[in-house]
Amino acid sequence: MSWNSWEEFWDMGGYAFFVWGSYGVVFAGVALELWMAVRRRSAVLSGLRSHREDDYAGDAP
Amino acid sequence: MFWLQYAAPQRLYALAGRIYPLAFLLAAVLTAVGLYLGFWIAPADFQQGQAYRIIFVHVPASWMSMVIYVAMAFWAWLGLSFKTRVSGMMTQALAPTGALFCFLSLWTGALWGKPMWGAWWVWDARLTSELILLFLYLGYIALTRAIDDPRRADRAGAVVALVGVVNVPIIYFSVKWWNTLHQGASVSLTKSPSMAAVMLWAMLVMTLAFWAYAVGMAFYRVRQTILEREQDAAWVGELKEIAS
Repeated sequence: MSWNSWEEFWDMGGYAFFVWGSYGVVFAGVALELWMAVRRRSAVLSGLRSHREDDYAGDAP
Repeated sequence: MFWLQYAAPQRLYALAGRIYPLAFLLAAVLTAVGLYLGFWIAPADFQQGQAYRIIFVHVPASWMSMVIYVAMAFWAWLGLSFKTRVSGMMTQALAPTGALFCFLSLWTGALWGKPMWGAWWVWDARLTSELILLFLYLGYIALTRAIDDPRRADRAGAVVALVGVVNVPIIYFSVKWWNTLHQGASVSLTKSPSMAAVMLWAMLVMTLAFWAYAVGMAFYRVRQTILEREQDAAWVGELKEIAS
């Protein structure tokens, strides 16, 4: 398949809204999931660090 | 059996940490190849023009929404049968990605249905059973989050995963069993595919990309669940990402 121009590519034969609406939401959904997962990891790690520090603080004489 | 050692959370944490970067890399490469094939090499469809290109995300998302649910049911069965601790963690790690793919299947289906059928949504067997799958995912997630005790949450979730899995063959065969607006399978095990080879390749490469993404996401996510549940274990304190 060769597109004659970028305009033709973006137009998708008149179906631009449907095609790009699909791909846009797929990529947005994946990006959102990745962002939430990375945020959860840093929350869990910082939670664990303070949890451990609390333990050591309790043990201190 | 050697793989049983990964039933220990500590081993799974390390293994998952090695797998997820490779899986994400593979997903990125396959997505690039799949989109190149789908948008630059594959020709327009003789009936649907350019609109058919939605297929390269619609079918992979739909397939993976079913595959992930079956994987969850497998882990659930393993957990209920052998009481392995990591089974429930894997089931939970898979659920959000399955729910996402299920939603994306319905979303891209609506955007494809409107120009081709003239309707965003119809109460047809295929669409309705896929919507039920989304509710099963959301029900599983809500239920496991509502129960504080992890073991009870795992058991309750496993029952939902196992009971709900009967819906998967209903989705798959819905286009055969009932009269439906949704087209039949373009690819099946019993006959040769009714698609041009390059379109089929683009779809299969995108499916593998989604598969690799789901594997990467599940292993990335399971590590946090392991840390939360094992927070007082000695090995967690020795991790270089914790000891600062």
